[in-house]
Amino acid sequence: MAQDTLDASVKATDPTAGKSKVELRNVSKSYGDEWEQERVIDRLNVEIKPGELTVIVGPSGCGKSTLVNLIAGFDFPDSGEILLDDKPVTGPARDRMVVFQETALIPWQTTYQNIVFGPKLRGDLRGKALQQEADRLLAKVGLSEFKHKYPLQLSGGMQRRAELARALINNPRIMIMDEPFRGLDAMSRGLMQEFFLRLFEENRRTNLFVTSEIDEAIFLADRIVVLSNRPAQVRTVIEVNLPRPRDYKMLSSPEAYAIKREAMGILHEEAMKSFKSGSGADFAEAYGKGGGGGH
Amino acid sequence: MTDIAQPSTPAATPVPPRRRGALQKLWQNQTLWRGITAIIVFLVLWEIGARWDEWFGKEWMIPGVGLIPPPTDVAVTWLDVLPKAGYWESWVSSFRRVISGFLMAMLLGIPFGLMLAVNKYFRDLFFPPFEILRPIPPLAWVPASLIFWPTNEMSIAFITFLGAFFTIVINVLGGARNIDVRYLRAAQSMGASQWDLFSKIILPGTLPSIFTGAAVGMGITWEVVLAAEMISGGGTQGGGGLGFFIWNSYMGGSLEQIVVGMISVGIAGYLSSSAIRAIGDWYMPWKRLF
Repeated sequence: MAQDTLDASVKATDPTAGKSKVELRNVSKSYGDEWEQERVIDRLNVEIKPGELTVIVGPSGCGKSTLVNLIAGFDFPDSGEILLDDKPVTGPARDRMVVFQETALIPWQTTYQNIVFGPKLRGDLRGKALQQEADRLLAKVGLSEFKHKYPLQLSGGMQRRAELARALINNPRIMIMDEPFRGLDAMSRGLMQEFFLRLFEENRRTNLFVTSEIDEAIFLADRIVVLSNRPAQVRTVIEVNLPRPRDYKMLSSPEAYAIKREAMGILHEEAMKSFKSGSGADFAEAYGKGGGGGH
Repeated sequence: MTDIAQPSTPAATPVPPRRRGALQKLWQNQTLWRGITAIIVFLVLWEIGARWDEWFGKEWMIPGVGLIPPPTDVAVTWLDVLPKAGYWESWVSSFRRVISGFLMAMLLGIPFGLMLAVNKYFRDLFFPPFEILRPIPPLAWVPASLIFWPTNEMSIAFITFLGAFFTIVINVLGGARNIDVRYLRAAQSMGASQWDLFSKIILPGTLPSIFTGAAVGMGITWEVVLAAEMISGGGTQGGGGLGFFIWNSYMGGSLEQIVVGMISVGIAGYLSSSAIRAIGDWYMPWKRLF
């Protein structure tokens, strides 16, 4: 019952929730000087469907963070286009909020100051209304007691939750999560995943979640986009049809296991390629026939 | 003998928790007492070292240390000097020079460093000449500035300014360039204008480096002022100051007074850097957490 009223209040303040989509069409991006360019993303086509939680997994260094920067508008593609609700992305804006790796809370601002930073800059929410909204979000992420603490005084999990609140107050059309739980210990990570899942399932805001952990991907995702080794291309898209609301036990179901097998197989292949291109040697040759596994 | 073996008081008397007064806190401040103890031990060792030859004969004089006047003699001289206006005028004129040079360096150095950090064209234009001038020690500027500036006082001010300026600029530049790009990106996503980025991210993010630069710059300023005062000497213009006090004591052959001057400089420098630390703590509450 309490859940329902919460739902209603979220929907009331969040008219765009679950309606926005992002499309990447033939997006390519290279870095480096003209004579020594490295292609990081190669003719990538990805669709982030409205109201879905799309998870991107790929071997480390495959260009996931570049992809995030492009969608957020921090950087621009060399060719191809990125469309948010059919309109091209032209730069960073409050309709696409990024939750960064580790933590990007501003250290000289308290939790509260961090959260109200965006609305205060724009002046679109102020005074009592802003205070109430900030307090509501603080309560939602369980940080009411910590509102006047500085980020360095918070634990890793609290910092991530504060950052979620800071993104949510801007009411983005899409949330971009760039390996947000990296660097947390296993326990806090598990708790954060569950917390994040509850938050998503409450209002189904369109979400892009980047991770290198396959279990995290399966637990959270509606769809998993598996990227290839650099330059990044889509290797496969896996639909995750586990019921919502989800809980941890579903990870040991046969469906989840089948998805894990499929994804691990591809990721392992890609990791081998990356090893090969990095050292010019074959993994199996370098470490003997027993190396590898995981097929 | 038997009564010694007996515990005189019951072992565990529970102490009721009490609110500690300011005086009691001071009394229980271990760091403070360790510091005071260290200074006392240093003074005692110095006294013994300096008086060794007095007590055991000239052939036992410890090389170097034996020539330095013992702290008790220095203290006596100091008491002698303390009521004299000239001594305090030295303090005042040195402090005035340090503060004016330092403030000028902050006033020009912080904006200059920030400009170098945020504007590529500005950096391309001004960084190379800055880097060529920077390695020239402030004291190498003394002859040129004595010729260039009309009064000694102005040359001292200029040299003092140079001493702090380069250090402050380099620190501000480094600090501003090292700000985590994610803070800027997060702010941009939330709709920050260029001015917002500067005033809400870059400026506060550079504060720690500004204070580091200020602390180091303040130290250099004292060095430079002292040296400049010794070089420019007494006279009617540009004279005085603790540097001149020390130099004058040297010319007058008063070893004790030289040491009085040196310790005065030490105290003055300590006061200056404490002030910068206190201002830094006040301005940057998020740095005060641990």
